[in-house]
Amino acid sequence: MPIVEAEGLSKTYRVFQKREGLAGAVRGLFQREYREVRAVEGISFTIEPGEMVAFLGPNGAGKTTTLKMLSGLIFPSGGTTSVLGYTPSDRVDAFRRQFALVMGQKNQLWWDLPAQDSFELHREIYQLPRAEYQETIDELTGLLDVAHLTRQPVRELSLGERMKMELIAALLHRPRLLLLDEPTIGLDVVAQATIQKCLKEYHTRRGVTMLLTSHYMRDVEALCDRVLVINHGRLIYDGGLPGLSARFGQTKLITLEFAEGEAPSDLARFGDVERVEGGEAKIRVERAKVAEVLGAILDAYRLADVVVQDPPLEQVIARVFQEGKGGADHDAA
Amino acid sequence: MLRKYAMIYRVSLAERMTYRADFLITTLFRFLPTLTTILLWNAIYAGAGSQTLAGFSYEQTICYLLIVNISRMFSSMPGLAGGIAREVRDGTLKKYLIQPLDLIGYLLSYRMAHKTAYIIGTALPYALLFGVCYRFFIGNVPTEPGIWAAYVASLLMAFLIGFFFEASVGMVGFWFLEITSILWVVMTLNFFISGQMLPLDFLPPFWAGLLKLLPFQYMAYFPAVIFLRKVQGAELLWGLALELFWVVFFVALCRWLYRSGLKRYGAYGG
Repeated sequence: MPIVEAEGLSKTYRVFQKREGLAGAVRGLFQREYREVRAVEGISFTIEPGEMVAFLGPNGAGKTTTLKMLSGLIFPSGGTTSVLGYTPSDRVDAFRRQFALVMGQKNQLWWDLPAQDSFELHREIYQLPRAEYQETIDELTGLLDVAHLTRQPVRELSLGERMKMELIAALLHRPRLLLLDEPTIGLDVVAQATIQKCLKEYHTRRGVTMLLTSHYMRDVEALCDRVLVINHGRLIYDGGLPGLSARFGQTKLITLEFAEGEAPSDLARFGDVERVEGGEAKIRVERAKVAEVLGAILDAYRLADVVVQDPPLEQVIARVFQEGKGGADHDAA
Repeated sequence: MLRKYAMIYRVSLAERMTYRADFLITTLFRFLPTLTTILLWNAIYAGAGSQTLAGFSYEQTICYLLIVNISRMFSSMPGLAGGIAREVRDGTLKKYLIQPLDLIGYLLSYRMAHKTAYIIGTALPYALLFGVCYRFFIGNVPTEPGIWAAYVASLLMAFLIGFFFEASVGMVGFWFLEITSILWVVMTLNFFISGQMLPLDFLPPFWAGLLKLLPFQYMAYFPAVIFLRKVQGAELLWGLALELFWVVFFVALCRWLYRSGLKRYGAYGG
């Protein structure tokens, strides 16, 4: 049975329109104007137990709204969703005991107290047996290398250390489903990598299902083998990471290393020249023409090395987002 | 189930105790207005040319104004309503909704811890103040265990009324994002109609009678007049029964507002 099932999930917000100026504000007291905002428009997907799925999309695409519907914070205005076999918006305790939501920009820990105290509180809130609780704490503080920091008031910790503590707090009750909204936002590369490593390791050990949103492609590449791309409230891609490049990256990047001295200056006839540096050149070529172009180049020059790559994921994603509404949603979703 | 909230109490207490010094200092400064009030009433009684006003001697009035601080120690809820509205507005409310936890139970446990820390932190300054003003207490301290029991009961219920009343005001934040002005009006009005400024008996009989039916008197006036033995016997029992009614009323109101607020929150925002 899938862990998450969403069928035609939609959410329309009614946003209050503020009028300009004082006179407008007074009129607004008696007569309100609203604008409908369709944050999510009929998305469907299922997630099987143990999957690690990334939710990609630009700001305002509807990622967070979807996560909120899955965790029962807001009610869908259309469609149905079943998470862990429950309807999230019922907010029954049995459901809430089995998942966790980590928001990179919100903290759950008590600011003035050591993380240990917040953990103890979670133990009571989730009614965890002492032994199991201690085992989880030891495991996670070891994994994240923060065992020595749990007695220090949270306000004295660095952002990275605090995020690690947040993660521990979220995993204490051994959730079967972990929803992460921007878990590494604002962290340095080292802290990001530690969090990624921990999530991956934890996933291998416990087989927890994860759904995460992130702006860092590094997170996505390190963790997820499946991505859901959402734009303007619609699901425009559901599949593996390599497939994403194949589908949206219409070009390939060819790196050429010339065997004899400088790279020639007339490479522009083969494709868009990205960079020329000494004997090395990078050109961008349409996917369909790669074989043809390579043949022509090999005929004309002697090369020491050739590498054909997909463009970096960031570029592919940026392209997908620019395509805008209805750009590529014909057969996806 | 209760252990969960006992734990919240313990953790909150540890947190609030970091503010002990703050309590001590702010309480000391809060006594300055009390001093001027004493001088003011001294002048009023001197000018009135009568030993008692509305049945209160000068000493009893001052004793009332001192002891009203104890009522407020239980019933005042600084930051509760504003805090709820803020959690709704900036979305911190989420953390209660995704955990197997009840927001109101959580806030109540937290507030109990806050009050415990507050009472511990202010015990010394209050002892000092009451010590300095000891002459107003002569003959005004009850000796009957029954009065003491009623006094304690009225204070505990004052805490509950204060909590659920202010929490209800805070729940309005689900409908209006900004409640600062509502809160200001409520608190200013409350200062007067709860009897914090002066005993309600000083008002014309009609107004005094009306205010004694409202819940606000229980947050200041009622416990103080029990202490001063101004209400006794059947009147005391009736007063306590009415207080209990208001407790139940505000618990129900708060729950209802929270439930409808959450429905709205789920539909419109988060």
